[in-house]
Amino acid sequence: MTSNRVEHGGAAHTSSRKALDHFVLEIADDALVLGHRLSEWCGHGPTIEEDIALSNISLDHLGQAQCLYELLVENDANYGSADKLAFFRDSFEFRNCILVEQENGDFAQTIVRQVYFSAYYYFLYEQLSSCPISLLSDFAAKARKEVSYHLRHAGEWILRLGDGTTESKARAQAAIVQLWPFVEELLAPSEAASILIAESQVFEPSTVSSAYKQYLETLLSEATLEVPSSTAASPLNGRQLKHSEHLSQLLSVMQSTARAHPDALW
Amino acid sequence: MVEIHGDTITGEKVLRCLAEVLDPEVPVLSVVDLGIVRSIRVDDGSVTIAITPTYSGCPAIEPIKAAISDAVLGMGLSSPEILTQLSPAWTTDWIAEPAREKLRKYGIAPPLPRSAEVGIVPFSEISSHIPCPHCDSLKTEELSSFGATACKALCRCKDCREPFEYFKSF
Ligand SMILES: [Zn+2]
Repeated sequence: MTSNRVEHGGAAHTSSRKALDHFVLEIADDALVLGHRLSEWCGHGPTIEEDIALSNISLDHLGQAQCLYELLVENDANYGSADKLAFFRDSFEFRNCILVEQENGDFAQTIVRQVYFSAYYYFLYEQLSSCPISLLSDFAAKARKEVSYHLRHAGEWILRLGDGTTESKARAQAAIVQLWPFVEELLAPSEAASILIAESQVFEPSTVSSAYKQYLETLLSEATLEVPSSTAASPLNGRQLKHSEHLSQLLSVMQSTARAHPDALW
Repeated sequence: MVEIHGDTITGEKVLRCLAEVLDPEVPVLSVVDLGIVRSIRVDDGSVTIAITPTYSGCPAIEPIKAAISDAVLGMGLSSPEILTQLSPAWTTDWIAEPAREKLRKYGIAPPLPRSAEVGIVPFSEISSHIPCPHCDSLKTEELSSFGATACKALCRCKDCREPFEYFKSF
């Protein structure tokens, strides 16, 4: 990937270089962990079409994570390889948000998690795609198109679940409430993001946040569902490496083959 | 448009050769038709090819790289270096009209112009603009926004009743 030599723009200084690495890891780890979670649906989807859809979304996320890990390795050989980053770090080294490590639960929980996640990234990538750090803007321009499909897909399911049966509506509303405490972590810029914002104006958090809330309100009201009124945020925070127990369980499954056969090629 | 640098005569030959390398998932389109070959450079017989990935999750990218490599080796040249170029991001707008016609003949509705699919409007609002590749009817509906591969959606024609795949605009 040498053609992709990254110009760091305003982020050449060591501290901002570290912030950039951390911010990229946040995005990459989000994609990897959610990609793995979605892959757990493979063979268990409610219909064959949905099984394929969730697997395709999973593959997009895994591909996004791989791309970002490779960009990190290309800039700093100390990272070793994309596989090393994915399979040989422990849970306390992962920077993914708490939302993505949540278990799949029922189909409504999976879909609500996807909407909460994809809506954030849709609006984040919209801004990052014109930011001055080419590593971020190049990636965001591409990933945004993928995320728009994911969001459209999950959003249409929200409409069907909310406007469906009493059962589907109750489950969708329960998932909306259950996962709501994890949204704040997405919308509040992490320490790494804050440094990049201060130095290079990579994105405007308040714009992302207000677009996100506007989108959710419109979608949920159309689905006859309610945006939770609670403002209680989870005490956990993956950006600060404070994870739930779900992450270590997920990693133990995801990393087991690579760790059992560290030199294997496939 | 594929940029050709260095030894342009050999570069053109490589391009013609790659125009025969088919995408394993849509085997009527070549990697050149798809627009994923961005540039070819030949210097003293060594070949460097820059390609751009389609979807991040496209599992075909590794087989495609291997097929490109084999094709260049088959020309008697040395094994090419294949670079991945992220920017500008791949778009289905790079699929030219002759390739779109190949898709139609194959039974896949070609992608609408990117401008027709803006942001996150519901797919149901778009599918009414996708002509059926069998009978050209515009009375079509989406069955699933993810088809057999990430790049396609599954649709159905309400006139001829045939299901068909739509190469999503991206
Ligand atoms: Zn028809």
